Amino acid sequence: MKNKTNLSNATKTTIKQNFLGYLYLLPTLVITLIFVVYPLIMSFRMGFYERYNYYTDEGSGFGLATFKFVLTDPNFQKALMNTFLIVVIAVPVSMIIALAIALLLNSGIKASKFFQAIYFLPYVTSVIAIGIVWSWLFHSDFGYINQFLGMFGVDPIQWLNDPKMAIWALIIFNIWSGLAFKIVIFLSGLQNIDPQYYKAAQIDGTPKWKVFTRITLPLLSPTVFFLTITSVIASFKVYNEVFALFGGKPGPANSCMTVVYYIYDMFYGSSQVHKAAAASIILFIIILIITGIQMLLSKKLVHYK
Amino acid sequence: MESNTKKVTSVWAKVLIYTALILGAVVMLFPFIFMLLTSLKTYAESISVPPKIFPEVAQFKNYKTAMEMAPFDVYFKNTVISSVGNTILTLFVTIFAAFSFTRYKFYGSNVIFTLLLATMMVPGEMLIIQNYQTVSAFGWIDTFQGLIIPYIANVFYIFLLRQYFMQIPEQLYKAAKIDGCSDWKYLWKIMIPNTISAIVTIAILNFIASWNAFLWPLLITNNDKMRVLTIGLTHFTNESGSQVHLQMAAATIIIIPVAIIYLFLQKYIISGVTRGGLKG
Repeated sequence: MKNKTNLSNATKTTIKQNFLGYLYLLPTLVITLIFVVYPLIMSFRMGFYERYNYYTDEGSGFGLATFKFVLTDPNFQKALMNTFLIVVIAVPVSMIIALAIALLLNSGIKASKFFQAIYFLPYVTSVIAIGIVWSWLFHSDFGYINQFLGMFGVDPIQWLNDPKMAIWALIIFNIWSGLAFKIVIFLSGLQNIDPQYYKAAQIDGTPKWKVFTRITLPLLSPTVFFLTITSVIASFKVYNEVFALFGGKPGPANSCMTVVYYIYDMFYGSSQVHKAAAASIILFIIILIITGIQMLLSKKLVHYK
Repeated sequence: MESNTKKVTSVWAKVLIYTALILGAVVMLFPFIFMLLTSLKTYAESISVPPKIFPEVAQFKNYKTAMEMAPFDVYFKNTVISSVGNTILTLFVTIFAAFSFTRYKFYGSNVIFTLLLATMMVPGEMLIIQNYQTVSAFGWIDTFQGLIIPYIANVFYIFLLRQYFMQIPEQLYKAAKIDGCSDWKYLWKIMIPNTISAIVTIAILNFIASWNAFLWPLLITNNDKMRVLTIGLTHFTNESGSQVHLQMAAATIIIIPVAIIYLFLQKYIISGVTRGGLKG
């Protein structure tokens, strides 16, 4: 008799736990199913259609033809090339500058918090608004950048109108806008290093350069790794910067096309929705590969404490 | 921290460090200073060569002119409604989900949690293609529901708050149960007050992200009466051509509220960002 009530109590608890657990999770599940899982499946379906009408949701020809179109589209190749430039130029440059600033901020000066507040400001402010500000700084006739360069005898550069220069304007803006986040993350990485290591080095009289290469850098490698991965992924998603800098166009003669800009353009600009879907699947696969590399390498290479 | 202060020994090192940091700060702040100063210049001053850094007389009327040319008061109101609305709903959804994962043992909870984490890898840009269609089918184009609802379940925030919830000792729950406290009451009386700083951090990060949102509002607002500030600004910029002083006034309207929040609540923002960021 006693056993029986115990059992039914246990079942009751299980039912209650399940009911309340799902009840509290319900809003998350509903929103995620409608606005993440469903569109994910639908994007895959759209991407594999060869012809597709978005408004009637009718497609025909199931295969890889749309992927082939996107991958051979000069605009998409331009987008990949631009992403590559951002990854190999903007990412390392902003990482090095950010690390240098973080080291200075962490050197024990009194005004560190004050400077940190200034350096972090661009992270919270609208990329669109500040991008429009930059588009005026880059203005070829009266922009401050050309006027500043003019003091050193440099002829006015057509930053925003010359297809060859436009990507450099984007890269400069990208370096600037990426600094804030990297500085804060580097600084928190530096502050997590156990001061004991530095004390030991001080007692041994280790030269400063060696302290940096032998202690700081190895112990900071998880941070460097994390920032590299997030910055590379962000490089594929550059969009707002381009929109703001070039007034809603992907640069002169499409010279600043990016992967997300391509998706947006195919979707909204030219209503080739299945091509936008195919391009977004390619982006998703790239991000999966990068994340996979991150998971593999973070176990092997990175020097944890 | 004692070891940190010892690191800087010579006065020269200090001078060098401060010089570098001040130079860096000038580069970081320059676009903002340029924006503020230009918003107070006359048109002639704003395009003069060589540049006039400061306006002769501060032209506050630029703000009025910009607001007469485009309904920035409407954009501002829309942005406030959608950011505040989004933040309040996000907090409820996040708190409930984090509570569900920490308090209850239900069938499939681990699998669901892992799958939710996996969705963080899906680029949001991929989802807008179908979401636009879904929101149209709901009749949510040009509505606040359309702006707000698709973005109220944020897996990163759930993950973050769950970690804080897990730190609350189990004994508290048992004690509350003995006192006859319901789970609902326990959530509001114990869990939330004990993790309030994490909840404030989530609220601020979400508010800022929502305030600055661009791509989604660009897609689903066609009516000028429903536009938010970021979209209104890009339209205004295209329409006002070379009126840089007015555009800078408009850009200032977007940036000032967030800059003020940042000034006072910086501590929360930075602690949230170092735990995983606002955009990742």
